[in-house]
Amino acid sequence: MTNHPENVGDGAHPGQAEDYLLPSGTPVQLITPAGTLAPTGGFKEQYVFPQSDSLRQGYERLVVGRRVNEQAGALVRQGRMAVYPSSYGQEACQVAADMCLRASDWLFPTYRDTVAVLGRGVAPMEAFESLRGDWHSGFDPNQYNTGLPTTPLATQLLHAVGVAHAAKLRGEDTVVLALCGDGATSEGDFHEALNFAAVFHVPVVFLIQNNQYAISVPLIHQSVAPSLAHKAVGYGMPGERVDGNDLAALLAVLGHAVERARDGGGPSLVEAHTYRMEAHTNADDATRYRSAEEVAQWVPKDPLLRLQKYLADAGLLGAADTERFAAAAEQLAKTIRDGLNTETAPDPAELFKYVYSEPTAQLREQAHMLADELAASQPLQGAPS
Amino acid sequence: MTTMANRNPAGNAEASTSGVEPTLTGIQNITFAKALTLAMSDAMAADASVLVFGEDVGTLGGVFRVTDGLTRTFGEERCFDTPLAESGIIGMATGMAINGMKPVVEMQFDAFAYPAFEQITSHVAKMGNRTRGAVRLPMVIRIPYAGGIGGVEHHCDSSEAYYVHTPGLTVLTPSTVSDAYSMLRDAIASPDPVIFLEPKKLYFSKDTVDLDALRARYDGANGVPSSIGKAVIAREGTDATLIAYGPSVAAALAAAETAANEGHSLQVIDVRSLVPFDDETVSAAVRSTGRAIVIAEAPGFASMAAEIVARVQERCFHSLAAPVLRVTGFDIPYPAPRLEKYYLPGVDRILDAVDQLQWEQS
Repeated sequence: MTNHPENVGDGAHPGQAEDYLLPSGTPVQLITPAGTLAPTGGFKEQYVFPQSDSLRQGYERLVVGRRVNEQAGALVRQGRMAVYPSSYGQEACQVAADMCLRASDWLFPTYRDTVAVLGRGVAPMEAFESLRGDWHSGFDPNQYNTGLPTTPLATQLLHAVGVAHAAKLRGEDTVVLALCGDGATSEGDFHEALNFAAVFHVPVVFLIQNNQYAISVPLIHQSVAPSLAHKAVGYGMPGERVDGNDLAALLAVLGHAVERARDGGGPSLVEAHTYRMEAHTNADDATRYRSAEEVAQWVPKDPLLRLQKYLADAGLLGAADTERFAAAAEQLAKTIRDGLNTETAPDPAELFKYVYSEPTAQLREQAHMLADELAASQPLQGAPS
Repeated sequence: MTTMANRNPAGNAEASTSGVEPTLTGIQNITFAKALTLAMSDAMAADASVLVFGEDVGTLGGVFRVTDGLTRTFGEERCFDTPLAESGIIGMATGMAINGMKPVVEMQFDAFAYPAFEQITSHVAKMGNRTRGAVRLPMVIRIPYAGGIGGVEHHCDSSEAYYVHTPGLTVLTPSTVSDAYSMLRDAIASPDPVIFLEPKKLYFSKDTVDLDALRARYDGANGVPSSIGKAVIAREGTDATLIAYGPSVAAALAAAETAANEGHSLQVIDVRSLVPFDDETVSAAVRSTGRAIVIAEAPGFASMAAEIVARVQERCFHSLAAPVLRVTGFDIPYPAPRLEKYYLPGVDRILDAVDQLQWEQS
């Protein structure tokens, strides 16, 4: 079960094992912010440039994901949702994560990864149920092989390790991709998850979406490591860093990590450099801790802009495509809008129903008490008004 | 999978000398620890999804030898050591339970479980509710707890209040060799996560049990109701009821024995299942005697004992001849070994409480 030294350096990477574990000298980039091909080479792997069809499909997912962020932002401002942590500007990480996985693989998202959750096929109103405040989650993880978006930072990474470990014991070829943010790398569970994954040599890809902020705290106050990807070395797994706004690079790097895991190569750590363009949530005021100038620097690095430019220049994106993608995005936005504008009535009887597989005598008693209270608060049938 | 077969360095598998004897059957005089080992061993033999892991549980067989022989019998895929990280153990077990396994994990000592508190309270306890029952976590978290063994700091906490206060957890604590077997089997069979508190001073206590009869409950043909949610009467009595659990049951029984010589017939209830709590059995018992004392090692303030007192007062007020009293640990950190005798609720302190039950009014 242990990661033997021979698993670390495979024959294809001569030299010190530690060198192979180190990330590339600069974040992997395949398409520049200007939409041109980036200079090739210089990275630790010979990454394969994604197929045109993948990039077109990815671009459609980006357009849809962006629309989800815009629509959810509007709905939270209208009070139709309790809260929405936006991933505006970092959609490429989530889209790439989804695209690198099979339906039989597992994804473990954070609370900011609604786009990834929808991409796994989770029904929109199930994905939004917790955000609207009706229940603490809205879907069955086993139905979609997708963990519930987790609020306590880094805790889901251990669940990912456990799911992968169980699959490995049964001899399945499942890969688990676990998402976290830069702030989560300070948590103890981040350390424990990476160490367990490495020691048990399980097929997990850890993807840090480094969006530079943990609510208000910038990365420099979380870590002074050369990069977050360098942390992999300490666990004996390969680390890599990638431009998190370059979908082509993300597909190449994550695709490599996922297939490496599937082939029995064990876990790896990928750090994607991106930026949280909006506040932490609608309840946050980002102007208190960062400047408009800083945010403006990231506008031209947007993941949609560069892929659109690249695809258009390569003749891979016609007007009909653009129209079709926009229509798909609008369709999903309408589904979300209509769903959240439909009044729901969460059932208070459910409060007691699922705490245990069978409600305890005490919970049955409390359920009756609440039911009696509710019955007493209803006007009597036929009573004079 | 293949890497595991190669993992154990030569010789390690033979390092453990006293393993599980799969042929142990019939009437046997065994320790509390052995009963727990047999429960895990039988559950693992019956269900391939039952896994045992934790710190030192593999080759060593656990610091109390409760997992002794499981790795040798079932292999390193079924019983294995983890890195030394309790949150990691519980978090990984959570993922495994999501994905079809039934982990039985060991926290080495009560206070060493605290690093796992977030995983236990925020995920293990809540997953069933959060998913509207779609994901139950059939896992058992075994925790050696409480004192009386002269242990150093962080090795003797009675930590049950943290768990019983967390909705979604089932919390069990056996006090007999027979219950050690049955209740651990019940815990493993439960679809819900179970905190299984093992009174460490009982590990090497012995009793004669009929293993065939104990096992017959779990062979599929002789279904007997689970011990979960069921208190038992450990000693019949008519004058007052001593309500105890885990390590305090022995103290209660000893007090009842002494009291019998002094003319008081004391009934002893072993709560066994802290959550769900058996109000029915406990209330009926107290109504029958009209007097009650709750005995527990944990500090009394805001404790399981406090909860039991409140529940008894609410349900039995009109049957009570005296206030329900508590004999508990003091509200102090668990003392150093040479001072623990002043802390533990013992026979004298219990009998002093018995004397305060307003006998003059009956």
